[in-house]
Amino acid sequence: MSTTTLSPLSKARNESAARSLGRRRKFVDSAVKWLCLAATVAGLFFLASIMGTLLWRGLESLSLNTLLTEFKPTSYGEDTAQAGGLRHAIIGSLIQTAIGTVIGTPIGLLVGTYLAEYARGSAFGNAVRFVSDVLLSAPSILIGLFIYQLVVLPMGGFSGIAGALALAIIVIPVVVRTTEDMLQLIPNTLREAVIGLGAPKWKMITLVCYKAAASGILTGILLAVARIAGETAPLLLTSFGNNVTSLDLSSAMASLPIAIYQQANSGFPDLIRIAWSGALLVTLGVLAINIIARAVLRGRH
Amino acid sequence: MQQTITADASAIPAGGVRRRTGSFGDKLFEGLCRGAGVLVLLTLGGIILTLLIGGLPAFTHYGLAFLTSDAWNPVEDHREEYGALVSIFGTVVSAVLAIIFAVPVAFGISFFLTELAPEWLRRPVGTAIELLAAVPSIIYGMWGLFVVVPFVQIYIQLALGDYLTSIPLIGFIFESRSFAGTSLFTAALVLAIMILPFIAATMRDVFLQVPPVYKESAYGLGATRWEVVKGVVLPYTRISVVGGIMLGLGRALGETMAVTFVIGNANRMPQSIFDPSTTIASVIAMEFPESLSGSMKQSALFALGFLLFVISFLVLAASRWLLRSRLKA
Repeated sequence: MSTTTLSPLSKARNESAARSLGRRRKFVDSAVKWLCLAATVAGLFFLASIMGTLLWRGLESLSLNTLLTEFKPTSYGEDTAQAGGLRHAIIGSLIQTAIGTVIGTPIGLLVGTYLAEYARGSAFGNAVRFVSDVLLSAPSILIGLFIYQLVVLPMGGFSGIAGALALAIIVIPVVVRTTEDMLQLIPNTLREAVIGLGAPKWKMITLVCYKAAASGILTGILLAVARIAGETAPLLLTSFGNNVTSLDLSSAMASLPIAIYQQANSGFPDLIRIAWSGALLVTLGVLAINIIARAVLRGRH
Repeated sequence: MQQTITADASAIPAGGVRRRTGSFGDKLFEGLCRGAGVLVLLTLGGIILTLLIGGLPAFTHYGLAFLTSDAWNPVEDHREEYGALVSIFGTVVSAVLAIIFAVPVAFGISFFLTELAPEWLRRPVGTAIELLAAVPSIIYGMWGLFVVVPFVQIYIQLALGDYLTSIPLIGFIFESRSFAGTSLFTAALVLAIMILPFIAATMRDVFLQVPPVYKESAYGLGATRWEVVKGVVLPYTRISVVGGIMLGLGRALGETMAVTFVIGNANRMPQSIFDPSTTIASVIAMEFPESLSGSMKQSALFALGFLLFVISFLVLAASRWLLRSRLKA
């Protein structure tokens, strides 16, 4: 009784009206509570449905043969024909992801350092931060179009290096964001202590700040790798895909996401099965890197 | 004594040298960092410029009519004609529908994670939702094509269509003419699931920034949890919440692979949300690899890319502006 009359929402004059108001508030509150629980369960259900579908359809045809064989055209339902695999795509994905990470990481690291150590609050720094954040969420297919104009057209054809460069552009803003955030967590007293010992600023940053922020920066790099490992759209316009294993960076190169895309849309059941096992591989890889990244970050903080 | 003097004598030039390398190293390192920053600006500038240059032939050839024409005839003769209306319409409608589907669910998840869930449950559930954001878009596309499309086709399209087409004036939106299951509605549904974790994570982060004393005051007055969220948390965070929704919208506008799998890729004006349609990103993904360099078709695709860039840049810039104070405390 006293709680209802004290409530700011209560306009009740008599006891029965107050009771019914209280009942209504309690009902609305528990209705919202159950709806929110339902929303959370729905979110978890989507994740479970994706993982369940991938495991169920992917494990069906995942075998050593899938990892070690190249693409083979559909067998048209003949059991005697040897099934194809994804070796070309796995190798191509590893190459392009590695080069993209190796190119993008140092640039992202330097930009993040610039924002955190040199340009805090400066107008130019704010502009760089803003542009980097826009690039972080910009449609990745536009990065493909950019590299197409910049690299593919002058080179005269789709190439693995063009794909790697497109992926590098996606890596940069991810690494910038985590590097800046992690460097900003370092207390200024640490910087002052290093400078007070007479060390130049670049040594302070490279020897002390990077070391203090190492686990966070590593997390950022791992998240960037996870992001580009499943990236499809920009590769469609840059490295295009290839049905044979190719180590030549100047010609079209296969990648797992592109192989999945092409075989899933082929309409042949045997190729779709291979696409599912590729999808399972990509997802398990990406999620594993994500979980490792989280563990790295939690291990230190 | 002798030894200390020699040590001092050798220390002076060494110190001098070190100081000089220090200042040189400083200049070099700062130059490198600033150069990398400039490179980021140049990348964005380069993206705008290459899209504009690539699209210029189409823009000059068709003029403003490019924006209002729903034609898409890649046949290479005098009938060849390109317009952006259908794909812009598909992009905007699918993204806005996705936001309408995703925001209530994302709000529910973030409310659950910040106020309702017991402490031990928050971290695992939060991580699971974040992992949903890590799943590559091609996987959403494939899952959408083989799981969501049949589900919409069998359970949603007809059931919803039966009830909602009888609504006067707007009933036609729900009419079914195509029964393949690939439609604007399906694309929006898959997009909604994709952007759900982004919006939920932003909402959760800003909800956590509400000073506890505000919430405690409201609880102290006898408010229920829902009243605290409605009366304290949401008013305090509404700008950031809108920023988070814009971030999701920006992602939905530019999403390519997931949409390409499930939208049906039909370059004609959809009459209802159950008609197949297309978006800018999926038109580029479908048609660019087979277009000839230097052709009018390729130029039209670049022009579409430029338009997509302008739309998503505006949305993302607005989102950053709205989120500037809260996320970067």
